[in-house]
Amino acid sequence: MLSRVANSLYWMSRYIERAENIARMVDVNIQLLLDFRQVNDEHMETHWLPIVQATDDRVLFQSLYERADSQSVCEFLTFSADNPSSLVACVSLARENARMVRDQITIEFWEEINRVYLFLNSARAREMWQSSAPEFYYELKSLSLQIQGLADATIPHTEGWLFMQAGKYLERADKTSRILDIRHHTLPARGIPDAAFGAREALEWAAVLRSCSAWDAYRQLHGADIGPRRVAHLLLLNEDFPRSVEFCLVQLDQALRRISSVQPGRFSNEAERLSGRLAAELQFSGIDEIFERGLHDYIDLLQQRLNQIGEALFETYIAHLFEPAGQEIQQQQ
Amino acid sequence: MLRESYQTEGFFDEAIADGDARQHYRAFLEQFESLSATEFEHKRQAVDLSFLRQGITFNVYGDSQGTERIFPFDLVPRIIPAAEWAHIEAGLVQRITALNLFLHDIYHEQRILKENVIPPFYVLSARHFRREFANFPVPKEIYIHICGTDLIRGADGRYMVLEDNGRCPSGVSYVLENRRAMKRAFPRLFEKIGVRPVDDYPAELLKMLRYIAPQSVVDPTVVLLTPGAYNSAYFEHTYLARQMGIQIVEGRDLVVKEQRVFMRTTKGLQPVNVIYRRIDDDFLDPTVFRKDSALGVPGLIGAYRAGNVSLANSIGTGLADDKVMYHFVPRIIKFYLDQEPILEQVPTYLASEESDRKYILEHLPELVVKAANESGGYGMLMGPKATKEEIEKFRELIEADPRNYIAQPVISLSRHPTFCDGDGFEGRHIDLRPFVLYGEKISIVPGGLTRVALKKGSLIVNSSQGGGSKDTWVLYGEE
Repeated sequence: MLSRVANSLYWMSRYIERAENIARMVDVNIQLLLDFRQVNDEHMETHWLPIVQATDDRVLFQSLYERADSQSVCEFLTFSADNPSSLVACVSLARENARMVRDQITIEFWEEINRVYLFLNSARAREMWQSSAPEFYYELKSLSLQIQGLADATIPHTEGWLFMQAGKYLERADKTSRILDIRHHTLPARGIPDAAFGAREALEWAAVLRSCSAWDAYRQLHGADIGPRRVAHLLLLNEDFPRSVEFCLVQLDQALRRISSVQPGRFSNEAERLSGRLAAELQFSGIDEIFERGLHDYIDLLQQRLNQIGEALFETYIAHLFEPAGQEIQQQQ
Repeated sequence: MLRESYQTEGFFDEAIADGDARQHYRAFLEQFESLSATEFEHKRQAVDLSFLRQGITFNVYGDSQGTERIFPFDLVPRIIPAAEWAHIEAGLVQRITALNLFLHDIYHEQRILKENVIPPFYVLSARHFRREFANFPVPKEIYIHICGTDLIRGADGRYMVLEDNGRCPSGVSYVLENRRAMKRAFPRLFEKIGVRPVDDYPAELLKMLRYIAPQSVVDPTVVLLTPGAYNSAYFEHTYLARQMGIQIVEGRDLVVKEQRVFMRTTKGLQPVNVIYRRIDDDFLDPTVFRKDSALGVPGLIGAYRAGNVSLANSIGTGLADDKVMYHFVPRIIKFYLDQEPILEQVPTYLASEESDRKYILEHLPELVVKAANESGGYGMLMGPKATKEEIEKFRELIEADPRNYIAQPVISLSRHPTFCDGDGFEGRHIDLRPFVLYGEKISIVPGGLTRVALKKGSLIVNSSQGGGSKDTWVLYGEE
């Protein structure tokens, strides 16, 4: 497969996953606000700023808007043309990458991704957003899930699809960890958190779960009793929940090894080495040791390591695309 | 509903003659007119939406929103009966055969110049003549592998060649997609009327590309070279690559080492044997042609010269596209094939011939003036519709560089019933671009792209100038 094509498939898949996560996160937090009795300006800031922080765009946001409230944050994360990771921007980039590899993806897949793009850029999208934001985000989430379903159901599970898998799981691991980090300021910097805390915190941690589509999975495991330790365990270390960081890393590692046909437990390049090591570490970690080290610090480091895997993947498969063919040019001249 | 208020207004109309349907349109019109206006509108919207969804769009340049538009598609198909098509086909085969012999001769012995059938000056001064490729043996001696020849019909209904496009003609994806759209919108029409299919074009194209591969290669790797996603024909490039099951590459995906071409893949460098290039000669290799080309591949021409990679079309075919050369095609056919041209062409005045130039300059308001090497409706003067300033501008251009200009009488193109928003069905001018493939044998997909000038009275069918397209039906029989 062409390196350029692999690169586009990988990024297309990352942007689709990113868009879906933004849609879910914004939606859940708009609804969460409805459950609070009093919402003053200060409240608004502490509610919304961590969410902007979760997309890593706090500086940009503060340069564009005076205050963090529902209107400004939702605008910034959904439609803003100035925000390169807004929902609209992610969908445009996903489609742009898809356009570069139209010969590699199926017509069904392309039409769906194009439909989302056309919808987001239509007047109807804005109208829907203003009249009923939940309906708008619901629409987007279901479109994104349809796209991912089509990828699995219509594209042959060969190299190109594996690059899409790698992109999807790397992005998902990153986003799950960021969403989990949103409410870290309610926790002690180090140490295992108390089991008992207020109703407000319970709602906030439930929102974290919902933002990761993890609400039902959590209740099946632990009932309605919400606590940060169990939430973190589910989102970081659960081996069966498809949005947990561990699950994503195991899938990522498998995809990488299928691309190079390397046996389990071995590696043939840096990306495989890093992903294999991180997957194994997660598989053999306990949640209490993570809290003892401090959840926020742990997640910080985790994100750095995810970035390193992405960089190594680029070095291994893509980077030579940008090396000039110096020798032949000189021969010709 | 179509025929009720339809007026041919004295033009040659493809479908209607003397107030009644021509024989080969009868079966279609009977079915088509049983649709209610609402049903028709439904189908029209469904087809437009499906084009938009599939991204069969082009970018509107100069629009900062990057708006994408679909190519307007008209649901009334153009129909060609079997015998008429047989005549066109024979004419096109004759023409591409002669043009290919001409190019071979020009790049080798130059007999046609030595015998002064064509004044050598015209060939040697042609912008796309590549003297560097004299005596270069192109694979299988084929120069123009893919040709999109534009045909028109004048007031008497006879087919005429308007121009030959022997470099990178585009539009064939619309032939295939238009048919798909029509089949979905009117499945029953196709059951009743015998329409020849067009779907095997990609297979024929791939067969041709494999045929021209370097001799020593057993199972050649064929790629399509595109200028990239921002090119207006990018949809077509991905479409054809996907249909053929070959890789679509950009210049940066390819690298030349020791005069061999490779593509950069996730498994390292993989050899490439045949390139269907959708990039003009000038941009192919910055070390040979335009130095500023970022689209090409450094060293590609070296590999081509060494016989390690084949290109379609060959380099230097632009010579045959020169509108001055067009004037000489009847002589070319006579010289190489000793035949009379089967398809007529439009009388052409050459501005560099003294007497012709005098005539052109005296009759500018009646003539169409064209630059010899422009396409897409650019570099053109439509005399009868031009302002005084435009005419004076062209007078200066012609006097300054007569070699680069030709003039032709205005041909009133045939018209075809076309749905016009707000006005119902009206006659609009059309042309036809069939696609000819020259490989082991010459094959032509039945029909081609019918382009229609949607603006009332306009004779310019180019998509960049407000043109649309129609499905083109070649019938198995006469009705």
